Amino acid sequence: MLEYISIIVTAIFVNNIVFAQFLGICPFLGVSKKLSSAVGMGAAVTFVMLMATAITWLLQSFVLNPLNLQFMQTIVFILVIAALVQMLEMIMKKVTPALYMALGVFLPLITTNCAVLGVAILVIRNGMDLGQSIVYAVATAIGFTLALIMFAGIREQLELVEVPRAMRGVPIALVVAGLLAMAFMGFSGIKIG
Amino acid sequence: MNKLNIILNGIVRDNPTFVLLLGMCPTLGTTGSALTGMSMGLATMAVLICSNVVISAIKNFVPSGVRIPAYIVVIATFVTVLQMFMQAYLPALDAMLGIFIPLIVVNCIVLGRAEAFASRNPVFDSLLDGIGIGLGFTIALTLLGAVREILGTGRIFGAAIYPENYGSLIFVLAPGAFIALGFLIAIFNTLKNKQN
Amino acid sequence: MSMKSSVANMILSLGCITIVAGALLAWVYNTTSGPIEQAKQEKQVQAIRDVTPDFDNQPMEAKAEIKVLEDIDHVNVFPAMKDGKLVGAAVESWDNEGFSGHISIMFGFDIEGNVTGYTVLSHEETPGLGAKMGEWFSDTANPSRCVIGRNPATEDMHVSKDGGAVDAITAATITSRAFLNALRRAHAAFIQYRDLNQ
Repeated sequence: MLEYISIIVTAIFVNNIVFAQFLGICPFLGVSKKLSSAVGMGAAVTFVMLMATAITWLLQSFVLNPLNLQFMQTIVFILVIAALVQMLEMIMKKVTPALYMALGVFLPLITTNCAVLGVAILVIRNGMDLGQSIVYAVATAIGFTLALIMFAGIREQLELVEVPRAMRGVPIALVVAGLLAMAFMGFSGIKIG
Repeated sequence: MNKLNIILNGIVRDNPTFVLLLGMCPTLGTTGSALTGMSMGLATMAVLICSNVVISAIKNFVPSGVRIPAYIVVIATFVTVLQMFMQAYLPALDAMLGIFIPLIVVNCIVLGRAEAFASRNPVFDSLLDGIGIGLGFTIALTLLGAVREILGTGRIFGAAIYPENYGSLIFVLAPGAFIALGFLIAIFNTLKNKQN
Repeated sequence: MSMKSSVANMILSLGCITIVAGALLAWVYNTTSGPIEQAKQEKQVQAIRDVTPDFDNQPMEAKAEIKVLEDIDHVNVFPAMKDGKLVGAAVESWDNEGFSGHISIMFGFDIEGNVTGYTVLSHEETPGLGAKMGEWFSDTANPSRCVIGRNPATEDMHVSKDGGAVDAITAATITSRAFLNALRRAHAAFIQYRDLNQ
């Protein structure tokens, strides 16, 4: 149990996927202008990351490793993620149209969200078992959502501020992200268990 | 279109980092020093050139329904080839860039150029576009890496410029990556506006 | 410009691309798997050569796995022999108490147990702070930092803050503690190996 708590705290705060590992920056900068869309994106990423990590972990352990095809890892994983996102889109459209209306626009963006493929590869590289991988994937996604929501909240306020012309838009957003990353550095070195 | 312009466009007008704001993850994650930034840029450029050429060559044989998956397979293949060669002949560099090598697959720049350029233009032009955009990316990463290395450790490409104790370490760490990139984009925008 | 999509040609074209891609990858894998293995081995052999006294055997092949104290994981001892006699060893040691977790270091010892050198194999410490351990503890100009030439059996290899005889890296005490933990673990394993095999 302690082990899982340690994974969760590490993934959300100490090694935050955006601020410490630099993954998923594109959606982090792209979909963080409004608080509501940040929440939607976070939910969609959580769902896809959980499914993708579980499926790719099983594929790696029961197909690629026994057949000695580890070098196909990148191709297989990215195709699984692309297919998964496509399928999710179709299923959601039919089964839960309301949810589709809310999250649908974010789904195509997730295929090229490097955080999803990144987590799938990282859990294999770190030799995690299935339980650890799933906990890690969910915690990472929560960390991503947290970063996205905090950032969107700040950016909404930033709209009202007079910013020097050259710094308007992305540059000032990056500086804000840097300050947030500095805040998250305060968590580094925290250990549980 | 003038052939030289294709290359120049990639470096300045369509600079993937400063103008299109694509491929941010490796831009921030691998620029702790000028050398790692440049290596990452060159690795991406190699994949970009190969995938641009192949995709442009096969564009007439791929039905539009499976266009994206087909492109992804092509890109992933070249990324894996690159990864294996690096592990075999440049293991130290591979260890330094780590997970960012397989993640070239999801670098929006590569798939973006396949969609926006290679699938509509002849092979030779696509090759030039790959070189141009790749150079633009490499220059941006080297520049960012150099700025962070100088401010953080007082060195550039490992050669000391001023004593390390006067550097501010924060630029080598995560926050410095965001802040330095923010200011570089602001400077690039200002210079470009002045020119127009 | 591209073809009209039909189920048949979609499957056919994707199938062709995948087959060509798979074949290319299999070929590259076959040509690079040898060099990849070699590069990994060379890194370890180089690390052993860097830290141990002169030897003429194959330390990689004489590898011994030794468990110290109540550790669950073992450390690898690579004995260095000259003219059939044990002259020292390289010990691949580790510690999990680093600032960001696991560190792995190759230590060299002579037959007395004096430290002859070390190489940091892998770590996740903060760049610029904890990462300094590669230079800090081998700085022979600063005897209170340097561990090389000292013997953990006769000197207290803890940081001076904890009452030991080694100065910690400025602003990286935790990394320094982990480094010295790994050193003491390596030394204990080497002594255990030496007493068994001498």
